[in-house]
Amino acid sequence: MRLPLLALLAKEPAHGYELKQALEVTFGSAYPSPNIGQIYVTLGRLEKDGFVRAVDVEQSNRPNKKVYYLTAAGREALEAWVDEPTEGPRVRDEFFMKLVLAPLTGIADRMALVNRQRRHYLSLMRDLDELAERTDPGNRVARLLIEGAMLHLQADLDWLERCQEDLT
Amino acid sequence: MTVTPVIRAVGLVKIYQTGGLPVPAVRGVDLVVEPGEFVAIMGPSGSGKSTFVHMLGGLETRTSGEIWLDGKRADTLSESGWAVLRRQKVGFVFQFFNLVANMTVADNVELPALLGGATPRHARERREYLLAELGLEERAGAAPGQLSGGEQQRVALARALANHPRLLLADEPTGNLDSRNTRDVLKLLGKVHRQGQTIVLVTHDARVASMADRVVSLLDGQIVDDAPIARLQRRPAGTAGDIVELHG
Repeated sequence: MRLPLLALLAKEPAHGYELKQALEVTFGSAYPSPNIGQIYVTLGRLEKDGFVRAVDVEQSNRPNKKVYYLTAAGREALEAWVDEPTEGPRVRDEFFMKLVLAPLTGIADRMALVNRQRRHYLSLMRDLDELAERTDPGNRVARLLIEGAMLHLQADLDWLERCQEDLT
Repeated sequence: MTVTPVIRAVGLVKIYQTGGLPVPAVRGVDLVVEPGEFVAIMGPSGSGKSTFVHMLGGLETRTSGEIWLDGKRADTLSESGWAVLRRQKVGFVFQFFNLVANMTVADNVELPALLGGATPRHARERREYLLAELGLEERAGAAPGQLSGGEQQRVALARALANHPRLLLADEPTGNLDSRNTRDVLKLLGKVHRQGQTIVLVTHDARVASMADRVVSLLDGQIVDDAPIARLQRRPAGTAGDIVELHG
């Protein structure tokens, strides 16, 4: 979450709650709503690393609020992030571990594992479809995020089929 | 009293024999589909799923086993007997639309109703209703070739539904469509299913399969899984937060 927060702060200084809201509005309900505590912890670490600084803004009838802004070092870190190519997704599939190792345990057979996993993926797909229906068509970021998740799920299913052909 | 299943297949076998060795494509499949059910059939290529669905519609002969459609034995029918049964009870959608190229969209949709013995007025009314449902009423006078792939597939679906079939069979209906056209065809399938249409559909597309009540998986010509697709336990917020994950 460090770099997305730096990116939001590059636009304008903000306090923690505003950053949480900005993330929610941008990514819609497809994005797991960040926990405000986690945002403050991340901001604290960014501050310690010298990437952001905080100023106390006095409020008349409430406690002061901390407004964060980007430092020169923070901007450099952000630019470096934007400029470098991003790693592709790596296969780190927990299910695959189960599938390969299951016969060793003698408690499950691979055919049953694959079949159950396929039905689970289809349930997830149905959930994504319903999420897409509920998502504001104007929120292109959220729509693309859901479409990306669907394409990944399709690839997982295709891979599952290959596993079933070769391992069962 | 028990409800008559729309499909009952018992020990269905298909062995191809083209010259050399016999090649088994379907090796003893049992399947019961109740009225109103939507069943997705999945499996790798060569698993026999298309052959199976073609046999259910009488488009391929079976080597052995029984097929009962709507309570009537069908596997023993002659080719012309099958043609009559299909007209009355079965709608079929293929991957490559199979519309009649030198007939208008309207005529393509009306043809099965007319062949099935409907009056011209009935056939026209049904066609008007279906094309309107599919947002295609303005394309009625066009030739299929003037339509996009997605539009042609929607016409094919209208044609398949023209006779109020007891059973809608489909073989990779979105296999040749892009994502937007897939969505249009899916919406329609969902709609007719909610209206009670029984559907059996072969697909490798997870979005299509996820609409089904039940998924049947074939491997090497045999069923290896046949079970409902469960609903996920909804989280209170109703988001897919743990499906979509952003890193960074």
